[in-house]
Amino acid sequence: MIPAPEHLVILPIVLPLVAGALLLFFNDQERVLKATITIGTAVALLIVAILLLRIAHADGRPGGGRVVVYLLGNWPPPFAIVLVLDRLAAMMLALTAVLAIPALVFSIVRWQKAGPNYHTLFLFLLMGLNGSFLTGDLFNLFVFFEVMLAASYGLVLHSSGSLRVRAGLHYIAINLAASLLFLIGVAMIYGVTGTLNMADLALRIPKVAPESMMMLEAGAGILGIAFLIKAGMWPLSFWLPTTYTAAPAPVAAIMAIMSKVGVYVILRLSLLFFTKETVSFGFGTNVLLLGGILTITFGAIGVLASQSLGRLAGFSVLVSSGTLLASLGLFEVGVTAGALLYLVSSTIAISAFFLLIELVERGQDQFANVLAVTVEAFGEGEEDEDVEEEVGVTIPGTLAILGISFGACALLLAGLPPLPGFVAKFIIIDASFNHGALGDTATIPSAAWWLATFLVLSGLASLISMSRAGIRTFWAPVDVVIPRVQLMEIIPIGVLLALTLALTVQAGPIMRFMQATADNLHDPRIYIESVVDAPRSVPRGREATR
Amino acid sequence: MELVLSLGIGVLVASGVWLLLRPRTYQVIIGLSLLGYAVNLFIFSMGRLKSNAAPVVPGAEVDPSTFADPIPQALVLTAIVIGFATTALFLVVLLAARGFTGTDHVDGREPER
Repeated sequence: MIPAPEHLVILPIVLPLVAGALLLFFNDQERVLKATITIGTAVALLIVAILLLRIAHADGRPGGGRVVVYLLGNWPPPFAIVLVLDRLAAMMLALTAVLAIPALVFSIVRWQKAGPNYHTLFLFLLMGLNGSFLTGDLFNLFVFFEVMLAASYGLVLHSSGSLRVRAGLHYIAINLAASLLFLIGVAMIYGVTGTLNMADLALRIPKVAPESMMMLEAGAGILGIAFLIKAGMWPLSFWLPTTYTAAPAPVAAIMAIMSKVGVYVILRLSLLFFTKETVSFGFGTNVLLLGGILTITFGAIGVLASQSLGRLAGFSVLVSSGTLLASLGLFEVGVTAGALLYLVSSTIAISAFFLLIELVERGQDQFANVLAVTVEAFGEGEEDEDVEEEVGVTIPGTLAILGISFGACALLLAGLPPLPGFVAKFIIIDASFNHGALGDTATIPSAAWWLATFLVLSGLASLISMSRAGIRTFWAPVDVVIPRVQLMEIIPIGVLLALTLALTVQAGPIMRFMQATADNLHDPRIYIESVVDAPRSVPRGREATR
Repeated sequence: MELVLSLGIGVLVASGVWLLLRPRTYQVIIGLSLLGYAVNLFIFSMGRLKSNAAPVVPGAEVDPSTFADPIPQALVLTAIVIGFATTALFLVVLLAARGFTGTDHVDGREPER
């Protein structure tokens, strides 16, 4: 049992805030210093996240788990703002740090030079992400969302350019509108229940008078739409592929988790608010299921239709979001556990893929790449200018490494063994079919058939599209332009992919953790009780008098 | 008072949504601002309308129903600040887009007629 140092919980928010503010005092020319501080902070965040993970998972029992509550301002719980750490929050913190370090290392070579205050914005983005995962207060969630979004606006526009500014304009407009919906939802929920503390809400919602329930559900629905816009559910997702494609590679790599923040909040709030005691138990699950399946379909069609690697990755984000939303829509503990593993593996995969694309495309003419499919369809165009002196086909080392990484990404996104994309999808399908206990002959719900069908089909679409893109990029070109890749850029991708391999190797213990997390989510009594009964800390001097 | 407030919010939202759907960036930003005002009023109304009542309760032995709810007021304050900041940021992006594309159309190019 590890003792919980009281203030460890707030470190994931304070560290990036202080470091980011500190960096503002240095000139942008001092890149080595800035990069060192930023990466140092990210490493510290990872260490803190792992410590928190061990605290939250301390007893390791499925039904147990420890919820650490941090009272900001030391007010008694229903008042003021609380930070709450449970297994899910700790897992998301760790995932954020895991994605941040490779993205930052990757950006040392090129991207950090492309515009001002890159590191500060990146750290504030991390602060917003960590805050959203930790907070136990609905309005505070809005504030951290805004911190995260404001930083991401700056990062999407990083290194400027017409394409980025246009994509950024749409991205900002949509997210501002979504934030307004968020506020309306929060206000309606407050109007009905009179509280904003998530745990307190969970206690009060069962006691809400039936005639007010409609108002509450409307509020929850509007709130949900705000998160579904972030998560990219069809038809709220048309902004997503363009923005992710336009964003600089390391930014897109960290934004892979931003779409998952929406999924995280939906997962947390829907299971906390509409517990078995409420009349609206399972509110909105049909919307999630149907919307998720439509998102998978839209994403898969987009993946098939993508002519450039960037858009392919953008639509892969949608497939991933759709899979998660549809799995949550099934409302099963086992499916949720599988979905959590899918969340981790697909986020890492997409993050690595965005980094990889930038390296691969560096060697190519952008224009030629977009036209490639058209050229295939209409027959070869005229031969390009002069033939290179090299005749024999030699695969250079760089291309081989890039190719292998690309193959690994393809396996991950399509969900093929041995990488964890397969394990996660298998668990989701398995859990949705074994509705009751194993071997229970109860009928398989039709929703499970739909989900399984679309999961497999979307995997097929990803596979077709990725192989096509891979062949076109690595095998077909005769005059291969070897992209200039530095070691600092290829190592982060390698580390991310190695992590996914570790997820497969350690699938047993990790799945036990996911199962325990899902159990806690579907039965949030520990979460609620821990927050409501959180003891106020007593100042040192006064301890003796008590 | 309820009627006036709800009418006000309704008019603001209607104009805001209409402007938000217009193709010019300046109309979009004004639409977002109007929507922001409407939402702020809406949050405020969620604490129940009450005039001439203080939001701060002096001590424990008072009837809370005679006081205004302070939380929505605090929320509105935060929302105003955040809304102001994001609008300013959006304005900068709007100007940048105008500079890059030479048009104030949201898609960066004039529609073909």
